[in-house]
Amino acid sequence: MTSTDDLLVIEGVTKAYPGVVANSDVSFRIRKGEVHALLGENGAGKSTLVKTIYGLVTPDAGTMVLDGLRYAPSEPSAARQAGVAMVFQHFSLFDALTVAENIALGMETPPKRRVLARQIREVSEAYGLPLSPHRRVGDLSAGERQRVEIVRCLLQDPRLLIMDEPTSVLTPQEVEILFRTLRQLSSEGTAILYISHKLDEIRAICDTATILRHGKVVGDCVPSQTSARDMAEMMVAAKLDTPVKHPGTPGAEVLSVDGLSLPAASQFGTALKEIGFSVAKGEILGIGGVAGNGQDELFAVLSGETRTAPDAVTFDGRPVGRLGPHERRAIGILSAPEERLGHAAAPDMSLTDNALMTAALRMKLAPGGWIDWAGVKGYAETVIKAFDVRTPGAHTAAGALSGGNLQKFVVGREVMQAPQLLIVNQPTWGVDAAAAAHIRKALIKLAEDGAAVIAISQDLDELMEISDRITAICDGRMVRPRPAQGLTMNDLGLMLGGRDPEEEAVA
Amino acid sequence: MDISLINLIPLLMAASTPILLAGLGELVVEKSGVLNLGVEGMMITGAITGFMAAVATGSPTLGFLGGAAGGAALALVFGALTQGLMSNQVATGLALTLFGLGLSALLGQAFVGLKPPVTPDLPIPGLSQLPVIGPMFFDHDLMVYFSLFAVAAVWAFLRYSRPGLILRAVGENHAAAHALGYKVTRIRLMAILFGGAMAGLGGAYLSLVRVPQWTEGMTAGAGWIALALVVFAAWRPFPLLIGAYLFGGITVLQLNMQAAGVNVPVELLSMSPYLVTILVLVVMSAAGAAAGAPGSLGRPFHASR
Repeated sequence: MTSTDDLLVIEGVTKAYPGVVANSDVSFRIRKGEVHALLGENGAGKSTLVKTIYGLVTPDAGTMVLDGLRYAPSEPSAARQAGVAMVFQHFSLFDALTVAENIALGMETPPKRRVLARQIREVSEAYGLPLSPHRRVGDLSAGERQRVEIVRCLLQDPRLLIMDEPTSVLTPQEVEILFRTLRQLSSEGTAILYISHKLDEIRAICDTATILRHGKVVGDCVPSQTSARDMAEMMVAAKLDTPVKHPGTPGAEVLSVDGLSLPAASQFGTALKEIGFSVAKGEILGIGGVAGNGQDELFAVLSGETRTAPDAVTFDGRPVGRLGPHERRAIGILSAPEERLGHAAAPDMSLTDNALMTAALRMKLAPGGWIDWAGVKGYAETVIKAFDVRTPGAHTAAGALSGGNLQKFVVGREVMQAPQLLIVNQPTWGVDAAAAAHIRKALIKLAEDGAAVIAISQDLDELMEISDRITAICDGRMVRPRPAQGLTMNDLGLMLGGRDPEEEAVA
Repeated sequence: MDISLINLIPLLMAASTPILLAGLGELVVEKSGVLNLGVEGMMITGAITGFMAAVATGSPTLGFLGGAAGGAALALVFGALTQGLMSNQVATGLALTLFGLGLSALLGQAFVGLKPPVTPDLPIPGLSQLPVIGPMFFDHDLMVYFSLFAVAAVWAFLRYSRPGLILRAVGENHAAAHALGYKVTRIRLMAILFGGAMAGLGGAYLSLVRVPQWTEGMTAGAGWIALALVVFAAWRPFPLLIGAYLFGGITVLQLNMQAAGVNVPVELLSMSPYLVTILVLVVMSAAGAAAGAPGSLGRPFHASR
């Protein structure tokens, strides 16, 4: 039964890839003008389903009906013509091209340049997303880049707007702006299919939610009347235990950074300016910030990839600024970088090989320069077991694992080496709720056992959950670290903007 | 001594035309995200197929068409291997050069020592009568005009046309272009064919106008110079034109100096076009470095996931 309120009705959509069924008999409906959430763990089949709706994937079985008409887009341009637009998780933008050129590429019949530039200004202002048509996309911030995608969709008057993880790179203030835009769109009758891991956001903005697990629809709910915890448990079909932080008394100071300034390594890099902070034993220091404000540069300095003046970084009272990553590992400074594929792990090598790469020294896996393969395999398997990495075995290539599983392996590989200091960059980026909870628990446990942890993250909820103290980095400067207890989201927002909430309060 | 601008400029325009044509083709190929190192092979194949067509038909025009077809045919092999079978672009391009050199030597066995039909000069009525400027710029054969027209056409195509925008988008980020529904492989194949045809034209210009006869290996590295020019010109057509003319100019100048018996070692003179071109282009590309290489250059693309 189709009511006239239904915009898109999906019936029995099934799509199988060799070895996996990505979608199995998926049915649900999206009403006109509603904000509909699609929930599920990594690998639950959300992206396949969305790609089906957007015409990038042809389903093996099942039908879709859009506004009373049979809808089977063979390619994205057919979907766009039918009024379905999509904002991608990993922005589908072209850095070397201008805003206007990027937008023209996403349209079926773009108007003349000058007309298009005017339309971009009009639409972007009407929805509170100011945007200049002639700037190069490569020079824009993450929030502005997303605006380009949204404006590109809006220029085509979509009836259904698909948003895949839209807030993962935004500041809280930018999220507010986005939500205002989405509410405005929905009040004008545009339906929105909203995919996110952040359950609080879904509760704030979505009217209904469909939950997927292993490619099947396992339930639906009204997010505003369901707790985030209940939704998470529906997604994983298990009880979820949120990591609990027991604030202890911090021990002796173990790492300190003093007067660290560093020019930008490239045109697109960020210079670090006068950074100073310290971390104590048993403490987790959270460093927030919007991507591209110097996190990667700071991480490289702490891990030893970028060397500095010896005194800029001291560890246990000894200057380590000139030591490389290998020498730092020897004295107990370990790190897990953000980029899983290519930085933290070599995608085409097995988990065993990847385990060897950072653990050889501390776990004595290559005595006398000869690799002890049995030992390496044993260590990889220990990590896989302890961190519940779902993989056929240690021989699997790192690139074949899902993001969440590889992240558990990459963090686990360092945690199991019993570091004195662990630096992690975006520990749970793009990781589903269950895996994220696992990783956070491991970090908390590590600190309770006496290690110092520095967690660089864009996820403010995560920082609040695990940190003892929180600071933020903005345009290469760091704000004064403050105890996590008692910080509000508003304080954090100010910190991300490079301001000190206490000084603001006084002023 | 015969070194004056009036004499030099027409010579340098003719000397530069082969690398300009080939470089322009490769520029479009690389803008689409494909690195075809087989320019030398496609040029020499165009040189012999063009020569064969011209000798067989007696028409230089059909000869140039034959050269373009030969270059494009070899490019099609490259396209099928790299776009269809996902072979490595660098290795395939190098193999294409070696293959082209061998194939052209085989095809050309019966053509050594023959004279091709003469390609006539086409003085532009009126303009070519102008004093000084006339003989310098407006008294050339068709291909010289065509190469200049092609520079402007490629520039306008890439900058102002929608297909040009799509081509740049494919080269910049093929995954995003695919997500928007553009046919990455098809667009790249067409660019590869265009690049092959242009390299073939450049080769045919060598064997039909510059030399004009067929000798084995007659391109003598012109394809590699064209490749280097594309990089140093930062993938922009007009700097490519400057680079090609600079190279051609110094080649002509040093030949004239050698002939005039200037007191500089011959080896140094022979080296000079390469040295000066690279120096000038390095300075140019350092100044305009912001443009940079196409984001997906040389990376293979799989639509499946």
